[in-house]
Formats: sequence, structure tokens, C-alpha cells
Amino acid sequence: MKTVTFKALALGVATSAVTLLSTAANAVEIEYWQYFFDARVTAMEQLIENFRAANPDITVTMTHFPYADYRTKVAAAIPAGEGPDVVQLFYGWLNDYAEAELIQPLPADTFPAATIDEEFFPMVQAMKEGDQYWALPTAVRSLALFYNERLMEEAGVEPPTTIEEMFAAAKAMTKRDGAGNLTQVGITAGMTAQDHHWWREGLIRQQGGEPYLNDYTTVNYNTEAGLAALELYTSMFTGEDAVTAIGFMDEPQAAFKAGRAGMHIDGSFRIGSLNKTRGLKWGVTELPATADGTRSNYSSYWVNAITTKAEGEKYDAAVKFMQYITSDEAMQIWLDTVGELPAKPSVGLTDANSNDATYGPFIRGLAYANTTKFADESAQRQLMVEMVERITLEDMSPADSLAIAAEAEQKILDEYYAD
Amino acid sequence: MKLYRNLTIKQKQIVWAWGFLAIPVLFYTVIRFYPTGNAILISFQDWNLLGERTWTGLENYQKLFADPTFWKVFKNTFVYLLIGTPVSLVISFFVAYHLDKTRFMHGFLRMLYFLPFMTSAVAMAWVWRWFYQPVPIGLFNNFLSTFGIPQINFLNSTTNALPSVLAPAIWAGLGFQIIIFMAGLRAIPQSYYEAARIDGVSPWTVLWEITIPLLKPTIVFIVVFSSIGFLRIFDHVFNMTTGNPGGPLNSTKPLVLMIYETAFSSFDMGYAAAQTVVLFLVLLVVSLMQLLILRDR
Repeated sequence: MKTVTFKALALGVATSAVTLLSTAANAVEIEYWQYFFDARVTAMEQLIENFRAANPDITVTMTHFPYADYRTKVAAAIPAGEGPDVVQLFYGWLNDYAEAELIQPLPADTFPAATIDEEFFPMVQAMKEGDQYWALPTAVRSLALFYNERLMEEAGVEPPTTIEEMFAAAKAMTKRDGAGNLTQVGITAGMTAQDHHWWREGLIRQQGGEPYLNDYTTVNYNTEAGLAALELYTSMFTGEDAVTAIGFMDEPQAAFKAGRAGMHIDGSFRIGSLNKTRGLKWGVTELPATADGTRSNYSSYWVNAITTKAEGEKYDAAVKFMQYITSDEAMQIWLDTVGELPAKPSVGLTDANSNDATYGPFIRGLAYANTTKFADESAQRQLMVEMVERITLEDMSPADSLAIAAEAEQKILDEYYAD
Repeated sequence: MKLYRNLTIKQKQIVWAWGFLAIPVLFYTVIRFYPTGNAILISFQDWNLLGERTWTGLENYQKLFADPTFWKVFKNTFVYLLIGTPVSLVISFFVAYHLDKTRFMHGFLRMLYFLPFMTSAVAMAWVWRWFYQPVPIGLFNNFLSTFGIPQINFLNSTTNALPSVLAPAIWAGLGFQIIIFMAGLRAIPQSYYEAARIDGVSPWTVLWEITIPLLKPTIVFIVVFSSIGFLRIFDHVFNMTTGNPGGPLNSTKPLVLMIYETAFSSFDMGYAAAQTVVLFLVLLVVSLMQLLILRDR
């Protein structure tokens, strides 16, 4: 009896599959690529389903790759004409793709620049050229200060709002063993993580500086403000009263997850993995302000773009899909599923979202965030790592080390913008 | 068919030989020689993998020789070679020589030495990376601090980092070299040793005059093999220094890691290809030199 039921079931499945395939054959099918991250895939599956309900004649197939291979795979596939119709790219790569004519600008009539300028958070304007946008994000990210509630309570300190308070709190939570080795740090540090963004777009601007000039083509941090920012940063892990150490427990986020770090600066994308950490009671607050209340933040995002492969009805379908994944509804779904922040104030700055205990500090940070235009992000980050290493490992003065870093970074920018 | 029948036996043999050789020849042409030639071509071009390739002549090479990072990396690569090869050679010979004389649990001991060679380099590198951490998580430093000995900065140091990365790499390759040495030792005829014993020669002389000279082919093989391995060292360094690839201030970065970064993180394919060509030439020269020096005269 059981076998019969199973057979009937199998037949049913097969029939419906055939029906499904035949409808798909009549409709337009477009391909969407993104990198693999569990929550992002789930969110996109939901968006595709909703989109299909509204547009039954369009099928969107999603392909995803591990993050480590994503950039190479996309770069190899699109020029070969094998790639997707709509693709997710890091904002920093867009320039290269536009220049190689692998993506096409969004149509001005469906995505008028004036409306986008008005509706999206201002950092999205990095994607604009003339009166056309090359690409648009569904979600954006910013930085905030995570703190360990248990350690704060134990040390009797409150989540800091200013840099001064942050140092005091860090000091209160730092622990050493009998030989003076750190066993618990007040705050994590390491340019290899998100600190280089915090230093560039946060600390330097808070010291009254401007890290780059001429639309990020000229390095401008070898200044008093830049030096003040660097000295502030290195004072966390140098000297007798250091509140942290570079490389403590290998990685900053590992130290924070293990409950051995009082505070940790990281992006909104960290929320998911912290939520999964058992036994960790954490909170989050905005990046600390200066004494006079100046704040600054860094924001980055992944954008969706239409490739030059999409033509004719596929192009029309791709435009429709782009419209949907940059809609308010899609952004709310993305926030609820992935935890990445909506790219529009109309979704982000709703009372519920901006006062949310977890997302609130990040969303409020977007209002004063800047987006660095990188030529080669990993190489530029490496220069910041080395800038600190020259100070800690070779006893170079911060001023000299800063000058070397500024010169090297200018060289990278010059080379990139030369052609 | 008639054509084939008219061939002499010698000619038929040639046809058959080439018939069988066709598959590896095709394989080498498509999988080895074509990409190699292409890489040499790209080294004279500017290409970011996305746009057009543009001809730049010797620009990539000029940039390479003027790049202080390249020279630092070049030096590191040779430090890996010049420390790694002799140290692993001496240790593996020492172990093989004594293991050869041990009867007690011989198979088990041999397995213990061979085990690291079969372990994934990635897993091994991460475990060692954690061993090297400062307190509270590093095994070595925790051990030191129990006895009140000051901490040693293994990886976060410009001087200690390279030997620290090299140590597990040597250890991982040891098993293979020991097995090869033991095979070499077994291949030496016992009659030489018997003759030496009758003449009453000291064990030291036996080692120096019989064992080592007769092991020469084995030594040549191991030296060439391990030299190429150390010149191409990548996975240990990459995994022990991810986040800050190549260690503090590039102190552990080998040439292969620099190539990888230039190609797959900066997407400067032309420049990466130029580095690859240099690595190829270095490997070629080193291997030829070793063959010449260690060749039987």
C-alpha cells in the first residue's frame, strides 16, 4: 500500500515538474549571480519568489559561488559571455566593469538620477555618472561599536559615547596576568579587520581632516589631523597602559566572540555570526564621538548591475527585476533576513528600524557615513597594516610611518587612475 | 592500411611509439606548454582580466626590478630554500639512518614519521598558527608563561616569523624524505659493510666513505625535489598569515604568494605573469645548477 502512495506522489511531482518546465520555456529566463552567504541566499530566494508572483512570465535563476572564488569567477565568466544578466558586485569593482563595458547603465527613464539622489542615502551617488546610475544596492553596511555586556557590568562601566569614555571603559576591562601579559583586552585592534575603515573615514574626519581629495584620487592624510588620528589609534596598543594588543587571540572578532574583549568595532554583517555565538551577551552602540560631538562613519555596499549580456526581452526583464530588488519591500526583507541596512532612508529611518537596539546604531551611522573609493582595497588596507607594524615592530615614529604610507598609497592611486 | 604494411619494422615501432606518446604529448601541449607560452606573452601586457589586453613591452619587468617588495620577497624565497633544504636533508638523513638500524616497532615509527606528509597542509598550518599565538591561547607561549619565561613573538615579529612558518613546512615534508633515504640505504649492498667490518674500520669512516657516497643519487633527488618545494612554498605561508598575507612587513612572503596576490587580489595579470616568468627562470637555474654540481663525475 505504501509503495502505491509513493508512486502516486512521485507521479504527481513529475507531472507538476513538467508543467513547471513548460511554463518556464515560454517565459523569459534571466540569471542572477551573487556570492554564497547563507542569509543572503535565503533572502534572495524570497525576493525571487515574490518577484515571480508579481511577474509570472519571468523566471530568475540564482547562481552563487563561495566568496573566495566569486570575484575571479565573475571576472572570467562575464567577458566570455557565460555570465549572468544581473550581477552583484562590490562597489569598489564597478569602475573596472564599467570601463571594460561588461555592465550597462540603468535606463534613465526607469531609474531617473534625480529621484535616486533624493530617495537613497547619499553615499550611493558614488555609482552615478552624469545623469545615469551604473548600479544600485539593495542594502548597505556601516560600522558600530560592539560591546560585551557581561564584561561591562563586571568592570562597572557603561557603553561609551565619546572616544574618551571608550578609552576609560577599555582600561577598566583590560586584564593582565602576573607577568603582565594581556589575558583580556578592553577593545580589539587590528588594521586587518575593519579598523582601517574606522581610521580613514572615522578618526581622521573626527580630527578635522579629510582623508582624500579630488574624488579619492589624492591622498590627504599626511596632515596634522591624520597624525593625530594615527597617534590616537596606536595609543590603544602601545605604551605601559595599553588596553589591547594587535593579534590578540589571532583575530579581533575571535577575541570578542570568545568573551575576551570588552569592545570591538565591526560592520553590520557581523551581527548574524554574533547571534549564533552561545553564551555571549553583547550590545552595540554608535562609533564613539569626539568631545564636541563630531561623528563619522564608513559605509560600503554590494550593488546590483545589469550586464551587457542582457539584451532584448531579457534586458526588459532584468530592468524589472532591478526595480524590484531596489524597492522598499525588498530592502525590508533584506534587513530582516540578512541584517544588512536598507539603502533608502524611507525604509531605514522608520521609527521601528532606527530605534532597533541592534540595527539602530548602524542605521543612525549611515547619516554621517562616507564611502571610500578604493582602487585596490586589499593593497590599500595592507599599507595601513604596515603603517602600524613599522611603529610597533620597528619603533618608527608615527609621523614617519604615516608619510611612507601616504606616499605608497598615492602611488597605487596614480597607477590606477593613469589609464 | 597499405601504407602501414609497407613500413619496415623499425618504422612501425616508431609509429606505435608515437601513437602511445600522442596522449601525453597532447596533454602537455594543451595543459602545460600553451598556458606557459601564454603567461610569457601576458607578462609583456597590461591586463586586469576584464578589459582588453594592451601591449606594454618591458614595463612589467621594469616595475618588478624597481619594486622593493619584490626584492624582499625574492630574498625570503631564497631564505626558505637555503634554510629549508639543508635542515630537512640533515634531519631526514639522521632519522632514516637510525630508523634503518632500529628493529623495535620499526613499522610504527616509520608510520609516525610519514603521517605529517599525508596530513592536509592547510589544517596543519592553522593548528601551528594557533600553537604560535601569545597567551591566553597559544600552546607554546602558555607553556613558557607557566615557567615564568617571557613571551616569544613567533608570528608577529619581523625576525621570528619566517623560521616559525618554515618549521612546520620542514616537518611536513620530512616523512617523504625519510622514506626515500631508507630505500636508498637498503639499496647499498651489505658486502661493502662486511668488507669494512673485516678491515676493522670505524663506524664514522663507514658512514663517510661508504654510506654517503653510495647515497649520492638519493641525495641528488631529495635536494632537487625539496629545493623546488621550498622555492614554491605557498600553502603554509598563506594559511599561517591570512589576514595579513606574507606576515608583518612582508617578512614571510615568498614569491608564489606575491604572484597570487598580484593576480587574484590586485588583478594585475601582466605584472603577476612577469613575476611568474622570473620564478620559472629561478627554478630552472637552481635545478640545473644542482644537477651540475651533484652529478657523478
